[in-house]
Amino acid sequence: MSLDPATVRRIARLARIGIDESDLQALQGELNGILGWIEQLNEVDIDGVEPMVGTGHAALRMRDDMVTDGDARDAVLSNAPDAAGPFYTVPKVVE
Amino acid sequence: MMLTELTIAAAQAGLKRRDFSAVELVGAHVAAIERLNGRLNAFITVTADEAMDAARRADAVLAKGEAAPLTGIPLGIKDLFCTDGVRTTAASRMLEDFVPPYESTVTANLLRDGAVFAGKTNLDEFAMGSANINSAFGAVENPWKRDGDADTVLVPGGSSGGSAAAVAASLVMGATGTDTGGSIRQPASYCGIAGIKPTYGRCSRWGTIAFASSLDQAGPMARTVEDCAILLQSMAGFDPRDSTSVDCPVPDYRAACGRDLKGMKVGIPAEYRVAGMPADIEATWDKGIAWLRDAGCEIVEVSLPYTKYGLATYYIVAPAECSSNLARYDGVRFGRRVPAPSLDEQYEATRRAGFGAEVRRRILMGTYVLSAGYYDAYYLRAQKVRNLIRRDFERAFQQVDVLLTPTAPSPAFAQGEKMDDPVQMYLNDVFTVPASMAGVPAMSVPAGLSANGLPLGLQIIGRSFDEESVLAAASAIERAASFTHRPAIRAEVV
Repeated sequence: MSLDPATVRRIARLARIGIDESDLQALQGELNGILGWIEQLNEVDIDGVEPMVGTGHAALRMRDDMVTDGDARDAVLSNAPDAAGPFYTVPKVVE
Repeated sequence: MMLTELTIAAAQAGLKRRDFSAVELVGAHVAAIERLNGRLNAFITVTADEAMDAARRADAVLAKGEAAPLTGIPLGIKDLFCTDGVRTTAASRMLEDFVPPYESTVTANLLRDGAVFAGKTNLDEFAMGSANINSAFGAVENPWKRDGDADTVLVPGGSSGGSAAAVAASLVMGATGTDTGGSIRQPASYCGIAGIKPTYGRCSRWGTIAFASSLDQAGPMARTVEDCAILLQSMAGFDPRDSTSVDCPVPDYRAACGRDLKGMKVGIPAEYRVAGMPADIEATWDKGIAWLRDAGCEIVEVSLPYTKYGLATYYIVAPAECSSNLARYDGVRFGRRVPAPSLDEQYEATRRAGFGAEVRRRILMGTYVLSAGYYDAYYLRAQKVRNLIRRDFERAFQQVDVLLTPTAPSPAFAQGEKMDDPVQMYLNDVFTVPASMAGVPAMSVPAGLSANGLPLGLQIIGRSFDEESVLAAASAIERAASFTHRPAIRAEVV
């Protein structure tokens, strides 16, 4: 599997990372280098093997359905790059 | 002996006896940071005034005879742990001005036990890297020098490179690190100090900026195994705010350091004897085997057949989780924002400006392996291979109590080396990644010097939640190696 420039552009779009056209070729080369190297996993027989999702040491715990935190609006907003009153702001998305 | 040369264990005793004050102890380290950080760049943020205030409070506590385990001990905190009111950057332009309004559980535990924070240590951006060259705040210099070569700047390893350099150069007595694929152990090896990645679930991840959540684990770095045990004692413990935190008692780690090893079975995995391993690393490993045999251990050859797939598996799983975790940096709620006319353009402009090259590469790789049509071929396959790697360890630990391997395939290399090809850089983690994939505890302890005079670490890997055996074996190696070498650049000489 080898990535063409259009695929690299598509991935960058999915990841919402702007990339310069001038970076595209270098990026394509690096990603293909890494992909070529991880292709080695194709030789492993994985028939009947369960996927490992986390280490499984901790079972998800139940707790009472109660508010345990909150009332921290100012702290939550304290790092917002552009808060307006008690709100985050974004560019207009609805015409 | 200068105060910066003391171990944490010795400093605890000295403070209690009032041989010196916390103000003197912390002051000596703050002065060392002021002298050396300009060169080493081990700290992104130095909190000297806050540290001296904390030292004065520590002296008041000590005067009342109420010392907690770490009262007055100056530590460095990897700048990946959120610290209340103190800028936390993850070494990224994205979080250049981020001031957390809360304290991570691990650092809160250390503060509860009286520790004094001297500052936030440098790292690879978002903990992605093996040489601490991927920091938006500049590279860290390893305080060690090759024999007869005072000019070449060596890397401290990564991603916890600032913590490792700061501890090695005696700028602090110990530091926190995080380890996702080797980020505590490999820099510990490169800088001639000890560092342990505990079992996944042992230390809370709450308030630690996430990289790959199924792998990330906090741990201590210090100049001795016992000091690591003292720090881990405070850092570890159940935390209901981390759903992967494990609710099991934290044993007495310091006591484990002195444990008799008679009858302990030590596995030597054949697959770690890779082709082209440098002779000095092989020789150090062989010495470690002999030391443990002399300490009464039984040496057993074991096989971990899926070891060779560890790195490739890691470089699917970790970027996949990274791409998901780092989606939160959207320029809306916190961190950098680059304004643009539409929301999508703003995301793209913000993330283009905020992320460095390696972080961008991993997000893109992760996005690809999780994308429609490729998920099964890459991500699901990697999760299955990860299970095979874990089974390797489970099988080995039916035969033996711990495994002994080298920590890294080379000593510290120079800035500029191995930097053209990402895959070459990834290979530095070949011996540390498998234990991360399995979630088992592993520690690096300094064991000798390379042919050109640089520290080499040995790695001890243990069963899940058996950090005690890891610490015991590491202590035995530490005693036998009597590694007293110190780096060229350190508080006592510069």
